[in-house]
This record gives sequence, structure tokens and C-alpha cells, in this order.
Amino acid sequence: MISLANPSRFLSLVDRVVPWLSAVVVITLGIGLYLSLFVAPPDYQQGETVKIMFVHVPSAWLGMLGYTLIAVAALGTLIWRHPLADVAAKTAAPIGATFTFIALVTGSLWGKPMWGTYWVWDARLTSMLILFLLYLGLIALWQAIDEPGRAGRAAAILGLVGAINIPIIKFSVDWWNTLHQPESIFRVGGPTIDPSLLIPLFVMAGGFTALFVLLHLIAMRAEILRRRVHALQRTQVEHAALAEA
Amino acid sequence: MSTARALLARDVRLAWREGGAIGVALGFYLIVVVITPLGLGPDLNLLARIAPGILWVGLLLAALLSAGRIFDNDYEDGSLDVLATGPLPLTVVAGVKCLAHWLTTGIPLVLLAPFLGLLLNIPLGTLPSLVLAMLAGTPAVSFVAGIGASLTLGLRRSGLLLALLVVPLYVPILIFGVSAVTPYVTGPNTIWPPFFILCALSLASVVLAPLAAAAALRTALR
Repeated sequence: MISLANPSRFLSLVDRVVPWLSAVVVITLGIGLYLSLFVAPPDYQQGETVKIMFVHVPSAWLGMLGYTLIAVAALGTLIWRHPLADVAAKTAAPIGATFTFIALVTGSLWGKPMWGTYWVWDARLTSMLILFLLYLGLIALWQAIDEPGRAGRAAAILGLVGAINIPIIKFSVDWWNTLHQPESIFRVGGPTIDPSLLIPLFVMAGGFTALFVLLHLIAMRAEILRRRVHALQRTQVEHAALAEA
Repeated sequence: MSTARALLARDVRLAWREGGAIGVALGFYLIVVVITPLGLGPDLNLLARIAPGILWVGLLLAALLSAGRIFDNDYEDGSLDVLATGPLPLTVVAGVKCLAHWLTTGIPLVLLAPFLGLLLNIPLGTLPSLVLAMLAGTPAVSFVAGIGASLTLGLRRSGLLLALLVVPLYVPILIFGVSAVTPYVTGPNTIWPPFFILCALSLASVVLAPLAAAAALRTALR
């Protein structure tokens, strides 16, 4: 982590990793899509709509992973002052928000045939929606503050406050209402999903995670370069002003 | 301790003498409660059922409307810089200012709520539990608003941003607040668990929110 504090070293690492990771993403998602669309059998109750799960579940996982990443990066910004932590958190927010949004939309499309309505105020849907709102708040805070240093620290504080709140929000929403099926993959006594559906799900989850990491690395590279261009432009303007004087 | 008490007295006095500030929050609360039946229709049974929810949502919005005031005035006239360099730790300053917001906005809103409840045909038997739950929950409302106010200090359109940041954090307060008032929905002896959770939320935010708010103030004052 310490050697990565040097942005140039980080950039050269990203340049080396990106082609390989792109290949991994294309191959895993290709295999995953093939398995889920052609190999996985339709569910005896839900029919073909069960295949929405292969996009829905990984997206929901990554939506939550994105916020975890922001919370860890917030610690990095506030405690260790790691120069890349702020970049990592800032670029993870839109990606995590997008995956959360995909999970909400696919869930809604899955809900129509299963529950007969696009939206129910069930506990898990509601907490995902609130997670999405937390993401929007973070992104808005970043855009409202012009100075990158202050924006990074303010967003880190908000990210940590949100991270403390997420379990409480989850608990309160569970208290409020529950209709969604209970956790069926990671639970005591093994998964309740048949392996014929579980294997494509894991392949898709792997592919989606690789896609998340790839997008995040590319976004971080863009953000670092954007800050360099900014700094360069500022020095140019200063030089011009000095020459005029 | 006496410095903190002096600061609290000053803030309460300022809010009181500013006059309009408290009145606007109360007026806004009234407006929210008045337009809701106009949107839903005058069915008294329906209104009685959803009255606790409307009263809580209106209270949260009215408290948010005045949350910018927690630090804004002191930031603009420079007294916040003086306080930050003064003998009192910034965490205590932030906590005292949130407490002042609760005393000058939270409590007046809670006292108004039962009267607005009458407009919504709320069953009279639920009024004591409504006031009790609101008294237990509003400290969390003020202190969490303090986090938002410190994060958005001095920004453009900070009011809208403040609402976007803080409302998701209000979800637990709203949920337990409403379930602590609706015994006829959930059964007779079930108002106490949500009430105690509300107390816990308030206590936790009284301890933790000043830390976050002070950290945010430091980034804003730098």
C-alpha cells in the first residue's frame, strides 16, 4: 500500500494490469452469460425469469462492496492520509451507485412477474434504495466542494457516518417490513439454490467483480491524470501572470 | 464546563432574539401538515391512521429546514473561527450548538405536534406516546443535522445538499418514531421497544455526531 502512494508507480501498475484484467472480464462474463442463458435450467416455479438473478444478485453484491470500499478508503484518507485513498473513494462512488441502480432496476423487472408489481416496500429493496440515496449524497457532496482536499475529507467523514448507519438502517427497515425471501446462498446449512443455478451465479459474480475492479482502476487513472492536468494548467496560468507582471 | 454553558446560553438567546428562525420552522411544519390532507382527501379514518407518519415526516423536514442555522451565522461573522481557536474543544462546541438547535427548534416542534395531530384526527390516547417518542427522538434529529450542517458549511445551495445528505440517515429515527406511536397497529404493549431504540439512537448520536461534526468543521475552517 505504501509503495502505491506514489501516483506514477500506481499508474504504471494500472497500465500493466488493465489489458489482462479486460481479458479476464470478457472471458468470465462470456462463460457466465453462456452458462446462465443456455445451460442453466428454468426454475420450476419462476420459469425463465429466474435468469434475471444472474445479473441482479452480483449487482447487489457489488453495490454493497462499493460502499465498503468507500468506507475503508475513508479511513485511509482520515487516518493515514494516503494520497490515493481519496481518489479511490471518489471514483468508487459512481460505479457503486450504478451497480446499486442496476440491482434496483433488475429487481423491479423481476418483481413484476413474481410479485405482480414493479415495486414493493419490502425491507431489502428499501435498504438498497436508501444505499442508492447515500451514494447520491456522496457524489453531490464531491461536486459541491471545489477544493479537492476539503472535498475528499468531507466525503470521507460522510462515508464513515453512512457506514456506521447502514447496519442501523438495515435493522430498522427489517423491523419495519419483510417480504423478500430470506438469505438463500450464504446461510447455515448450505445454500438452498440448486447447483445448476448456483454455478452460473458464481461465475457471473466473479465476472462482475472483475468488471468492477477494471472500471475502478480505469476511473482512478483518469482521476489522477485529471488532477495532473489541473495542476499543470494552474502553473501555466500563474507563469503567464508572472510574465505579464 | 462554565464556558460550554455560556456558549449554550448565547446560542439559545441568539436563536430566540432572531425571532423569525423558530417561527419559520413552526410555520413550515404547519404548512406540511395542512397540505397533506388536501392531497389525500378528507377521509378522517385514513388521516387518523397515517397521522403519526405525517407528523414525524413534517417534523423531520421542518428540523432540516432550520439545520443550516446551526453553524452558518457563526461561520459568516467569523465567531466560529474564534470558537475554534478558543479554550473549548471543537467537539464540545459542535455538541453545544447541536444541543442549542434541539432546545430552540426540536422542542418547539414537539410541542406543536399534538395540536397539529388534532387536525389529522389523531386518536387522543396516542398523544402522550407521540410527545414522548418525539422528545426521545428529536435529539438524534438535531445532532445528525449538525453533521450535515458542518459538512455543507459555506457551500453554494447548501440547504438542498444538506437535505440530500441527512434524510437517508433519518430513516431509523422515522421508522422507530412512528412505531413508538402506533400501538393500535402493532398491538398494545409494543410501543416500548421502539421507544427505547429511539433513546439509544439519540444517545449514540449525542456522543458520536459532535466528533464527526468537529472533524467536518476543521476541514471547512482550514
